Amino acid sequence: MEFSFSEQQEELRRSARRFLASASAPARVRGVMETELGYEPAVWTQLSSELGWTGVTIPEAYGGLGMGYLDLYPLMEEMGRALLCSPFLSSIGLGANALLLGGNEDQKERHLPEIAAGELTATLAYVGPRGRWDAATVEASYHKNNGGFLLSGTKGFVIDGHTADLLIVAARQPHSHGREGVSLFLVPADTTGVYRTWLPTVDQTRRLAKVELDDVYLPDDALLGAEGAGWPLCERIIDRAIAALAAEQVGASERCLEMAVEHAKTRTQFGRPIGSFQAIKHKCADMLMAVESARSAAFYATALAARHDDGLAEAAAAAKAFCSNALFECAAENIQIHGGIGFTWEHDAQLYFKRAKSSETLFGDATHHRARFADLVGL
Amino acid sequence: MELYLTEEEEAFRQKARRWLDGQLQGPFRELRGRGASGDQDAFVEERLAFTRAMGEAGWNCIGWPVEFGGRGCSVKEEAIFNEEYVRANGPGRIGHIGETLLGPTLIHFGSPEQQARFLPKIVVGEEIWCQGYSEPDAGSDLASVKTRATRVGDEWVIEGQKVWTSGATYADWCFVLCQTDPNAPKHRGLSYILVPMRQPGIQVRPIRQLTGSQEFCEVFFDGARTAVHNVVGEVNEGWRVAMGTLAFERGASTLSQQYLFQQEFEAVVEHAKQSGATQDPVVRQRLADAWIGLRIMRINALRMLENQSANLSREALIGKLYWSNWHRDFGKLALDLMGLEADILDGPPYELTSTQKWAYFARADTIYAGSNQIQRNIIGERGLGLPKEPR
Repeated sequence: MEFSFSEQQEELRRSARRFLASASAPARVRGVMETELGYEPAVWTQLSSELGWTGVTIPEAYGGLGMGYLDLYPLMEEMGRALLCSPFLSSIGLGANALLLGGNEDQKERHLPEIAAGELTATLAYVGPRGRWDAATVEASYHKNNGGFLLSGTKGFVIDGHTADLLIVAARQPHSHGREGVSLFLVPADTTGVYRTWLPTVDQTRRLAKVELDDVYLPDDALLGAEGAGWPLCERIIDRAIAALAAEQVGASERCLEMAVEHAKTRTQFGRPIGSFQAIKHKCADMLMAVESARSAAFYATALAARHDDGLAEAAAAAKAFCSNALFECAAENIQIHGGIGFTWEHDAQLYFKRAKSSETLFGDATHHRARFADLVGL
Repeated sequence: MELYLTEEEEAFRQKARRWLDGQLQGPFRELRGRGASGDQDAFVEERLAFTRAMGEAGWNCIGWPVEFGGRGCSVKEEAIFNEEYVRANGPGRIGHIGETLLGPTLIHFGSPEQQARFLPKIVVGEEIWCQGYSEPDAGSDLASVKTRATRVGDEWVIEGQKVWTSGATYADWCFVLCQTDPNAPKHRGLSYILVPMRQPGIQVRPIRQLTGSQEFCEVFFDGARTAVHNVVGEVNEGWRVAMGTLAFERGASTLSQQYLFQQEFEAVVEHAKQSGATQDPVVRQRLADAWIGLRIMRINALRMLENQSANLSREALIGKLYWSNWHRDFGKLALDLMGLEADILDGPPYELTSTQKWAYFARADTIYAGSNQIQRNIIGERGLGLPKEPR
């Protein structure tokens, strides 16, 4: 494996940074934050139909650009850096990956071209109402009915669940437990019996929703992957989404470091820039070490995802644990280095801090993933 | 996760492996795994012999340019060799100060005469060097060294004291940072002088460390002499040369060092499994955290080695701070997992077990070769462009 970015990936990074400088400028992020929708449709259209980001990981046969998963890496870093508010992580990290890993030919042909074009957004609803991350989180249930399936139950904390066009829902056979008996279903959001509620969040740059399923009838072709094998599939989807989220966390950490360093160079106290004091300088040095090490972890997980390597589970667990801590530390130190101004609503430091906190818990927090890593490596 | 190798690099790896295995499973087998940190005073004579054997086979100084007796290897090839070296359980490298610090300094700053006199002896492993930088009152603040060199005829006469000098008991030569103009501003009155160690004006006293072993020394200069032409660079320009020496660390030892860490790690995990400690969820968290940290250290190194254009790249700048923190913390974890057993010596009078050796020695990792505080200054100033502290 090569541990460096290609020229093409560097170019993707540069063009993404140019685009997001205006499309996700701080004032626009704050504007979008106030809306229930949670993103600017015009920006979504631009990044999908003009820039083709939504098609990067989707094969050409399904209307995408057929690039590698590693080409997603610079885009995710830049989106994290600019705190872009969009359904990209849900639609591509979860939705497209779910269809690519679990979908049959018909399902892929039906949905992937629309996802690649940005015309359809999708998300994965696997976490239950109590917010656990292991298989027991799947409390919603299904049973066979009339040549199809009937689903009931509640999904919590669904990323962009109130706006996604296509919900990919995990449900289990009655009386099944743990990893057994879980299946995934493609549920168009307008299906009868689906009720969705926006959950207002502390981090206003990412949307979560509750999805209630009240005897939702689905035809038999709604089943994604083999019946009963839904949990292992779910884990593979999540690991690929984690690689993307980890890259996003790296980009946000990098921006926190930049803000802190900029401030430390210009803010003067006791007659000199505060960055000349070791108390501040050493915090910045630790932040740089965290950012670069997180980049290594996220890069490696993404590279393994690109190769469909079995090592991805371990690498994703490691990346999620490490990058979550790195972003939290950087975002927290950014506030501390800014002093009082960093604690205000006006200053952007708070936006990164809240994004750090919410990203920590998506797909499992550091404690969860260290425990999972320990299992995977045979401790 | 491995370094990406071309066919030539893979062939180079195989060649190194064959030679090292031949020696370390043959005539030098008793040296396997000896002389590492915490054990550097072991098997000195035999390790000197091994260094000469390496020289004979052309494995010393492989990163030096060909015209100075090296192989002109890339940092990546050097890293490959070093990794093979630890894989073969090679002993602590007794000639590394000459190979990695003095040699590159002479190649960069030395006169043709100095290069011709000193470099070949390092390549063949005949002369061993030590570093005369730190003093009792000049540690992190290296420029405040007080050791004086005074010109008398065609010689420098040296008075003063150096400390933390590794290998001074067996070194043949020392590069000494001396004051040569006490009236000049701090950084402008220093010279970088090469001094033969075996002379009446030099006394070496080993320092017993908290590990009980004696790897560092005090070196006393009392009328020590060296020829006038043994100044590297110009007189009073020694600070620039000394800082150059520190910058020659190319990161080629990162992979081999991690290989050693990996071996330590595996031993600790094995022990924890046997004792049942790995069933404790808190222990599992701590071990997973350390394991993840070790993997990331390796990816950091692989990224650095594949981006060689930037010697002061961010990946390179964070190297020392990262590994020393990791190793120190892992030392604590290793001892924690041993429980009461962690306090029992291998034997009297004060023989530490192998785990105790590295775990206690790790307390020096965050101090030597630029303490963590100095590393953070360097990262802040060179990596992030933060202003220096007014002095």
